[in-house]
Amino acid sequence: MTGRRRPFRASAMAAVAVASLLGLGPGASPVAAYVPQDAAGTSTAASAGEIADLLHGQRNGAWKSTYRPLASRPTLIRGATIMTAAGEEIEGGDLFMRGGRIVEVGRNLDVPAGTEVIDGSGRFVTPGIIDTHSHLGVSPSPSISSTSDTNESTDPNTAEVWAMHSVWPQDPGFTRALAAGVTTLQILPGSANLIGGRGITLKTVPGRTVQEMMFPDAPMALKMACGENPKRVYGRGRQRSPRTRMGNMAGYREAFIEAERYLRKWDAWIEGGMTGDAGDAEDAGDAEDIGDTGYAGDARDSKGPPVRDLAKETLAEVLRGNIFVHNHCYRADEMAQMLDLAREFGFRIRSFHHAIEAYKLRDLLARDTVAASMWVDWWGFKLEAYDAVPQNIALVSEAGAPAILHTDSDMGIQVMNQDAARAMYAGRAAGIDVGRDEALRWITANPAWALGLDDRVGTLQPGKNADLVIWSGDPFSVYSRADQVFIDGALIYDRSRSDVQPTTDFELGILPSSGGGGDR
Amino acid sequence: MTARTIAAALAAWAALLLSVTRPGELVAQNLAIVGATVYPVSGPSIEGATVLVRDGLISAVGTDVPVPADDFAVFDARGKVVTPGFFDAGTQIGLVEIGLESTTVDSRVEGDPVSAAFDVVDGFNPNSTLIPINRLGGVTTTAALPTGGLIAGQGAVIDLTGETVEAMLVKPRAAMAASFGPGAAAATGGARGAASLRLREVLEDALYWASHREAYDRGDVRPLSVSRLDLEALQPVLAGEIPLVVQVDRASDILVVLRIAEEYGVRPVIRRGTEAWMVAEQLAERNVPVIVKPLTSLPDGFDRLGARFDNASILHEAGVAVAVSSFQSHRAHNIGLEAGNAIRFGLPWEAALRAVTLTPAEIYGVANRYGSIEAGKVGNLVVWSGDPFELSSRAEVVIIRGVRVPRESRQLELLERYRTLDGGPPAYRGDGDRASGGS
Repeated sequence: MTGRRRPFRASAMAAVAVASLLGLGPGASPVAAYVPQDAAGTSTAASAGEIADLLHGQRNGAWKSTYRPLASRPTLIRGATIMTAAGEEIEGGDLFMRGGRIVEVGRNLDVPAGTEVIDGSGRFVTPGIIDTHSHLGVSPSPSISSTSDTNESTDPNTAEVWAMHSVWPQDPGFTRALAAGVTTLQILPGSANLIGGRGITLKTVPGRTVQEMMFPDAPMALKMACGENPKRVYGRGRQRSPRTRMGNMAGYREAFIEAERYLRKWDAWIEGGMTGDAGDAEDAGDAEDIGDTGYAGDARDSKGPPVRDLAKETLAEVLRGNIFVHNHCYRADEMAQMLDLAREFGFRIRSFHHAIEAYKLRDLLARDTVAASMWVDWWGFKLEAYDAVPQNIALVSEAGAPAILHTDSDMGIQVMNQDAARAMYAGRAAGIDVGRDEALRWITANPAWALGLDDRVGTLQPGKNADLVIWSGDPFSVYSRADQVFIDGALIYDRSRSDVQPTTDFELGILPSSGGGGDR
Repeated sequence: MTARTIAAALAAWAALLLSVTRPGELVAQNLAIVGATVYPVSGPSIEGATVLVRDGLISAVGTDVPVPADDFAVFDARGKVVTPGFFDAGTQIGLVEIGLESTTVDSRVEGDPVSAAFDVVDGFNPNSTLIPINRLGGVTTTAALPTGGLIAGQGAVIDLTGETVEAMLVKPRAAMAASFGPGAAAATGGARGAASLRLREVLEDALYWASHREAYDRGDVRPLSVSRLDLEALQPVLAGEIPLVVQVDRASDILVVLRIAEEYGVRPVIRRGTEAWMVAEQLAERNVPVIVKPLTSLPDGFDRLGARFDNASILHEAGVAVAVSSFQSHRAHNIGLEAGNAIRFGLPWEAALRAVTLTPAEIYGVANRYGSIEAGKVGNLVVWSGDPFELSSRAEVVIIRGVRVPRESRQLELLERYRTLDGGPPAYRGDGDRASGGS
């Protein structure tokens, strides 16, 4: 599965249709007759890519990553234990990276003159760690009401909000996660709502803007939540729906029925050559849908695309498969209900999160290739977290479903290697045969898949982004530390060099001078 | 608690054990743990040592200890590590079952920022599922502390075994729990100065009351700010008999606590102490212990801007007595994980072990019976498969008061039930051997 978006559902057909409008043959750059206007009112021709951006909510290329890798040099790590997360653990191994990519992994590699050589003896190398569930930047430190930007808890369905619009790049948590070997993380809206909004995948690089931290071309996420939280926030807290779990389910279904209608309207408009009137028969007379002056001129007399609706736009992209569903869901029976919801509307759930009871349903997760993002031992903070077992991850993994260790915690994200180790040893203690490479995949390759980035990160294999960690010792030991962290081949954190340890604006000068340095 | 009442409690507990024995639970018997590397904490480690436990108490430890010929169950622990049971210096085990379900939470009194008389013991649930889960991870003893407000109430030291709270108690009313900082300020009017004012007022009133008890009973005293029960509960604090365990983070707030403690002759213990490293010298000078959470690194509040992983290490180096706590109730067994991370950031291994055993026992005044492996101390021991702080190690045998705790917990039953999904609905398979999972 690549991370590239499908332009839209009838992509091939529509591209041909668009191209044929202009008399172009297949393979030529499809140019739409639909003509968006830029801010100055100048007309520009739209490519299929631009249409895809429009449908995705990134009109005119807005809201895209401006990340640029830091400068890197060809680098060889020599004589380390290389844990690839791709089936191998190579003792006395070498890894060569250049141009931001891993070039070769093996033993006694020959490298070009001028290559920087790092002595890896006694040390371990793993892929950069990936967390599918973080609220860094949206619930940053300091954790106070003025920084609380995770839950738009004003309506059970806030599919229209995007977590990227809440991210504060100066959250010191990003620097702590980096120092713990985390290189990629998904920032999600909270779980107060049935449909919480879009998540965004970031790199733990210092940025002035969230755009500078965004993982380029990473699929966005839709955060959904089952169970107690929406019930508590709306039913008990506000005396409105949902008050029950059946109310939860009605809320999801109503939202997706609306999204289907919206999707059909856009599909019809695209397949009609993007010149016709918006909408379909059921929208006849729905004048306000075409009367908006957003970007198509005065639609009342010139005809134009359907009016955008941010919430439905997000759900439509879920239905097209371009946005991945990440679903906060603790209980096995509720996960099964959500699988039926996905079946009803023809979308896929990429990962359940906080899946405390995934072990009870691991056969179904394996059958449908749905990941479970889990903790090693959190439990008991609410009833739906009562049936936790520390073997959860090992059991899901054993069943062949994508098993993921996630954190949902600004502290947990700093010990993901330790938590994976504890989950591995808990499994082994119960007689579940868990290998080291398998356990490493819980925090690397498997979350990379869940985020749609497994073609770029998550393993130490040639061609992958050179996102990696050099550990002082076995990463499955409590005593080991991340010595150096590379992102896209660039050294971005070095424990022994204070000039290679990013710090946030927030922490500058906030303590007496003794506050600098040390093990922050 | 006097020596006599301790003895009485132990006798009552022993009698209970003899009369009530559940299947799978080893009877109170005499144990010989042979061949392990023993870390007594009170002295240097001993290779290939024998530890004898007789009638619930440690009776001998050393390499030249013969195993008595009869009535001792021998446990071969060659290649293993033996430490005292871990002692978590502050949890709500037994006081909370499900965090968000208020009917199962008995750790705090809402409304009044001063509830000194509140005692956790009557709300303690000996059947809490947290107890077996935590003790199987090596935690044998905990201080059950109330939370919230300015003065939260009285905590008790509890052994994690027994069918009634009376049987489990090591020391009731072992400490007065309090807090100082933004939480206490919010509860007393919104300023730190208001919280310190209230604290001083309460302590003043308690002193006044102590010298005017008869007048008080006659109704012939000036108005006092708290109830008679609160005033009475504070007397052991003012007498220095029990510590005032104060959850406080900001360096300047810690200094306020030290100042007030000096004014009133109170013996303070700093809990959490995120910025304690910044005032390490003052703490060392006054012999004030600090209960830390090593996995703390974020400036997640304006009173915690100085958070750093090596807090424990800096404090230890300055000569401060450091205890490590999990700051968890459901996962208090992560106390070893916390200690291991303190080691990762510079705390010496031996100091980390002391921080989860003898130092907590000293803080709560039970070090004469708890916290180390010495003849005469209570038989709370853990046999580890390896380094107790390493992720690969596990508590293989946990002994509390000389009795090996059974490998039973709600988690193990769930694991056993779902270990395989073959053979029909897991709930209806007739789990004949359902308590044996994971062992």
